[in-house]
Amino acid sequence: MIPEFGQLALALALCLALVQATLPLIGAANGRVDWMALARPAAAGQFVFVAVAFAALEYALLNDDFSVEFVAAHSNSALPIFYKATAAWGGHEGSMLLWIAVLAIWTMAVAAGSRSVPQEFASRVLGVLGIVSAGMIAFAFFTSNPFTRLTPPVTDGNDLNPLLQDPGMIFHPPTLYLGYVGAAVPFAFAVAALLSGKLDRDWAKWTRPWTIVAWIFLTCGITLGSWWAYYELGWGGWWFWDPVENSSFMPWLMTTALLHSLAVTERRGIFKSWTVLLAIAAFSLSLLGTFLTRSPVMISVHAFAADPARGLFILGLLGLFTGGSLLLYAPRASNFEAEGGFQLVSREAFLLANNILLVSATGAVLFGTLYPLFIDALGLGKISVGPPYFNVMFLLPVLPLAALVGVGMHSAWRMTPGQLLLRRLRWPAVGALVVGVAAPFAIFGAASALTLLAVTIAVWVCASSLLDPVRRLVLRTGAPLTRAQMGMCLAHFGVGVFMLGATVASAYNLEFDVSAKPGDRVEAGGYEFVFRSVRSVQGPNFTADEGEFELLANGKSLGILKPQIRLYQVQRSPMTEAAIDTNVLRDVFLALGEPLGADAWSLRIQVKPLIGFLWLGSGLMALGGLVAITDRRYRVATREARSTEHVEQPAAGAA
Amino acid sequence: MKMLRYVVPLVIFVIIGVFFAKGLQRNPNYVPSPLVGRPAPTFSLPNVENPDAVVSSADLAGRVALVNVWGTWCIECRHEHGYLLELARAGVPIVGLNVRDDRAAAVEWLARLGDPYVGSGFDPEGKAAVDWGVTGAPETFLVGADGVILFKHISPLTPAVWQRDFVPLLVEHCREAKCPFLAAAGGG
Repeated sequence: MIPEFGQLALALALCLALVQATLPLIGAANGRVDWMALARPAAAGQFVFVAVAFAALEYALLNDDFSVEFVAAHSNSALPIFYKATAAWGGHEGSMLLWIAVLAIWTMAVAAGSRSVPQEFASRVLGVLGIVSAGMIAFAFFTSNPFTRLTPPVTDGNDLNPLLQDPGMIFHPPTLYLGYVGAAVPFAFAVAALLSGKLDRDWAKWTRPWTIVAWIFLTCGITLGSWWAYYELGWGGWWFWDPVENSSFMPWLMTTALLHSLAVTERRGIFKSWTVLLAIAAFSLSLLGTFLTRSPVMISVHAFAADPARGLFILGLLGLFTGGSLLLYAPRASNFEAEGGFQLVSREAFLLANNILLVSATGAVLFGTLYPLFIDALGLGKISVGPPYFNVMFLLPVLPLAALVGVGMHSAWRMTPGQLLLRRLRWPAVGALVVGVAAPFAIFGAASALTLLAVTIAVWVCASSLLDPVRRLVLRTGAPLTRAQMGMCLAHFGVGVFMLGATVASAYNLEFDVSAKPGDRVEAGGYEFVFRSVRSVQGPNFTADEGEFELLANGKSLGILKPQIRLYQVQRSPMTEAAIDTNVLRDVFLALGEPLGADAWSLRIQVKPLIGFLWLGSGLMALGGLVAITDRRYRVATREARSTEHVEQPAAGAA
Repeated sequence: MKMLRYVVPLVIFVIIGVFFAKGLQRNPNYVPSPLVGRPAPTFSLPNVENPDAVVSSADLAGRVALVNVWGTWCIECRHEHGYLLELARAGVPIVGLNVRDDRAAAVEWLARLGDPYVGSGFDPEGKAAVDWGVTGAPETFLVGADGVILFKHISPLTPAVWQRDFVPLLVEHCREAKCPFLAAAGGG
């Protein structure tokens, strides 16, 4: 009965979403306050029913109800209980339900957090979110019902894909979804602005914190995914330019551009139509990701069971959401008038450059991702676009982008005297150049021109980001920093740290494929591995060969590494569990390969300098975002909303 | 004229959308197997239901037939099973390749759900499956009367796939004598 309740709850959620998608919008158009007032209760009701549906699916999973097709296909009675719960997003139908649940959470948050916003505007925002929600619930309900029964039921399930049986999988999808479904919020604000024809600086101020929160989740989600790929796929890589990775990365690039563009719109009342376009593009790229993973147009390690009917449905939704908003955009965007101008050397100009470069990078990734599809659709054959294309096409806009970060954040609004910038930044620039060129040679003995360039830029970004905080917090001079400024410095510092990690880990990665027997000592990359034994280990739903190695450096023991090769019993697929010895400066990565006969095993050993900086840098970016949204002007706005009916907007603080 | 530039995003989106719509109509799925166009690998396996009998390449000789890879561990195989029965009733010879399975479970499966196969080879270690380049289950091969693999389909066989991919090949490769089932199986 419980799965049927879930299905019923989903149907009711769809009905409420349809209410939320229509009446508040009609009310806002006609000035009917009572119709507009329906937005919040409809959103709340929808949230409750979506939660019930999700709980019903979890109930079926946790109770091994193999009469439900989704449970039979993605779970197994021997699966650890943790993974039974997370199997909800291990397959297409369940992950759609998660998508919907996450959207419901965002909608609730917007409903609760938009009380300081005029009712007409809030109703439009919630109405647009209702349209998105209705579309997605209809998609799940009509093409991807997670509650479909299997007759006759099976005695045990097909098990969760072993790749997904990993702690990283508990957090990666929900976090990523919170990010890219969160892109629906700025999208809704943008469409609401198009509908009302009004877009002022307050609009940017309302939109900005939501965008930052979505961006934080997106940053964390992508980082978790990359980290998971690094230690779980067993190849030691951390980014593969896989179509699905790309489709989470493109919304990130767009949202990053949007954040910066919103800063200009909030502060100066310009870039308005551009900001709206970015908000539409960011959400459209999120939907594109959904389309690419759930229709048979792409081949990817992430692809869910392909079904053309589903693809067509999502394509229809993409047409409705993106096409509809762009149709609205075409005649109305020209109404948004710029409230001022700016000089060639000014913060606005640097942010414009930031936007152009970020959009170019997104364009390069989008083109590379879709190129095989275009070629196939034109009947020119089947090809795939690999890392060589992406690495070049992505770095081309991103290196200058990073180099400009340092200058841009020290320039002033409207105009900055060039000499002032030069005086402030010459020492950090010289320092970065010296460190960037000398350090790679001093530490690693050799370097390519690209490595030198990238390290220099990375050090430059770090140094220029620290300039203001150091001056203020250590030397106690200069103007106090707002939380928003602190957040910006922290996030940009994170960009520099990330770049440093990415560059050094790629350029100085040491990789050895060796064969060894228990009892052997292997020397590789300045480390010594003592191969002690291989034994069989029994897991809950897998058996594994587990190697035991002692890791030594300069004769000193650093610990024991236990890489495994697991064979999952139900799906019979082997999985590599690499063993990694981590410290701040490097990872030593050891994976067990094939048994070679006569006790010998192939081993893959990698030494990766500074790879931890990748996760550290991404973490700092997210933390920077978190600090920025605690800025006074957002807190003030919320507090005033709580205490008074009508809110006089306080003067905007420094951006 | 100024408004024109605001139409640009819409135009770009429409172009991409058209490609997606076209992409959906193709069968992207799969780069054709390298075995397509080559003679089918020979095999000889014990019959799942009767260990003394043999299922082998001889069962394919001289007629157009399907080779279907299945296992009781494969949920998607259950989805296509009904349609396989339908094809078998129409007279399509289907040779089963039961891969990495448990014999008792496989026999029970056929007894309970019906047996569409002229015979299923029992391949618990997947050795024949490797020869056939099988990547998973279900997979279905179309083998011509001359023993050449004409087509390989990965994922469940559905009426839509049958009509789209198999029937045109059948029409092309069957002479009346070798595919008596053609009309009944939707190709007439």
